[in-house]
Amino acid sequence: MGKLVQVKNAFKSFGDVNAVNGVSLDIEEGQFYSLLGPSGCGKTTLLRLIAGFEKPTSGQVFIDNTSMEGIEPNLRPTNMVFQNYAIFPHLNVEENVAYGLRNKRENRTKQNKLVDEALELVGLSGLNKRSANALSGGQKQRVALARALILKPKVLLLDEPLSALDKKLREQMQSELRHLQRAVGITFILVTHDQYEALTMSDRVAVMFDGKVAQEASPRDLYELPTSQKVASFIGEMTFIEGEIIGENQKLKIQSEIFGQITIDKSRVFGQSSKRIVLGIRPEKIAIVPRTSRSKNLVSGKIIDVSYFGETTNYKVACGATETLTISSQNSVGQLSYSVGEEIQLKADLDNIIAFST
Amino acid sequence: MVRPGKFLKVFAITYLIFLYAPALLLPIFSFNSSQIIAFPLSGFTTGWFKALLYQETLHEALKNSLIVAASSSIFATILGTLASRSSSRYNFPGKQFSLTFILAPLVLPEIIVGVSLLIVLIQLGLPLNLWSVVLGHTLLIMPFSILIMNSAFNNLDISLEEASLDLGETPIGTFRRVILPLVYPGIMASLLLGFTLSLDEFIIAFFLTGTETTLPVYIWSLFRFPKQLPTTMALGTILILVSLILLSLSEYFRRRAAKNQTSVL
Repeated sequence: MGKLVQVKNAFKSFGDVNAVNGVSLDIEEGQFYSLLGPSGCGKTTLLRLIAGFEKPTSGQVFIDNTSMEGIEPNLRPTNMVFQNYAIFPHLNVEENVAYGLRNKRENRTKQNKLVDEALELVGLSGLNKRSANALSGGQKQRVALARALILKPKVLLLDEPLSALDKKLREQMQSELRHLQRAVGITFILVTHDQYEALTMSDRVAVMFDGKVAQEASPRDLYELPTSQKVASFIGEMTFIEGEIIGENQKLKIQSEIFGQITIDKSRVFGQSSKRIVLGIRPEKIAIVPRTSRSKNLVSGKIIDVSYFGETTNYKVACGATETLTISSQNSVGQLSYSVGEEIQLKADLDNIIAFST
Repeated sequence: MVRPGKFLKVFAITYLIFLYAPALLLPIFSFNSSQIIAFPLSGFTTGWFKALLYQETLHEALKNSLIVAASSSIFATILGTLASRSSSRYNFPGKQFSLTFILAPLVLPEIIVGVSLLIVLIQLGLPLNLWSVVLGHTLLIMPFSILIMNSAFNNLDISLEEASLDLGETPIGTFRRVILPLVYPGIMASLLLGFTLSLDEFIIAFFLTGTETTLPVYIWSLFRFPKQLPTTMALGTILILVSLILLSLSEYFRRRAAKNQTSVL
């Protein structure tokens, strides 16, 4: 698999604002790639640099080893699904989908066949003649997809395509998009601010803050091994605990108030090594154990807050003088529930702790 | 909604009466059989309308007016479309300044515009004919065109243009296949309003016309002949009717333009 899209040290500024501030990316052919970040982090601008709607202040975009410098959007091998879908209101479904075929010089029968295939692909068969104004949000989304995919682009760019849909439909479209991408084999680049969307759909994710890529990894690595506190707290939840390095060989020996002395493999330590260190642990890596059990590494504490989410319950537990742990407990069969003020005993999975030196 | 007070109601009705009652006198007297314009009415006749059919100078003036109205509304709409397109999509130095000046004829007294244009044309040594009137009317109509087209373009979602480019269409193709169909009701509204404004315009036409007169100038000249007054009334009645129809059509298209685009989002 070759590198299909390459962004080389791209900058884009609007006046004084550096929307994209030195981004380099390699996106492989056939990947489902996500640009994830809070609003204003430059992810949409980066997508528009690839599409050609914005020109980089400096740096370059390559698609299929060809520099895109000076190439207008209509001549790039990319197609885009817009955030508001941008369905042409004066055309019906069929005319919308066939819009880009006009310049491909296909004959009428071939065009009709392609349109039918594209509509079938997105599950809109038979709606050929429906007016664009009579479509629901989900249907517009599908028309936008069909209209772009019919041109068989090398790269499909999706600008927060699911953000306007309600939760149920959004989840359904997420899995459909994933299947669609596998079926057509086209490289998808998705812009989203929804971490779960990025994790569930993508092969690789680039997390962006302030115009820069903070981390680029597979969804699993991004969640399990975030390389900075900022990424760790943006993707899911993580509890941070102050610690101190007290010894160092192949592993780091760290003293902290809650966990006492623990050792952490250096592959799980990120940042410049220094004395002050912050330990991070995900809420689901801590289990509630019976108060009678006796083993190593047990922590006891008092519940100060309970948030019920249906399938899980989150507890905030005060352990020791200053630190609190957030734990997430599956509400599965036999699981007891606890209320504020109760004393409970916890067992953290120390292998899943990561450390950030600050 | 707050219910308007009684005083406001009376005020509004009085206002409407003063505004439109004089215009209503026109159709009444145009069907009156007496040559003298005064109550009581003497009898019903359609003779004055028939008389219109046999006045050749009138037909000539009507033809001139139609030429002027059609040309100036087309010119003004083309220029207005281009101006509002550039002001709604692009930023350039002096944009606000030049827009303000293009819109100035809206508030300038027509007599000033007429006299100044006359002076300029004479200084340039250009002849006064129908085309000088077209020039004046284009200047007069353009602000209205710009205002109508501005609202059409501002309602146009920019991502539709980007989508068209993205799907491989050229900028010119995008204008033809996406932008034009979506602002077309605005263009119709501008053409119809411009046509009506030009058709009824007197002052500028009076200054800039040469030997070929337009309809309003012709009507004005008729006032020297009291016998012609009832025929003039008949002509006026027809003009009011035509203007009303054109304006309603223009308003219909303008509203359709607004509705067309907002319902999509």
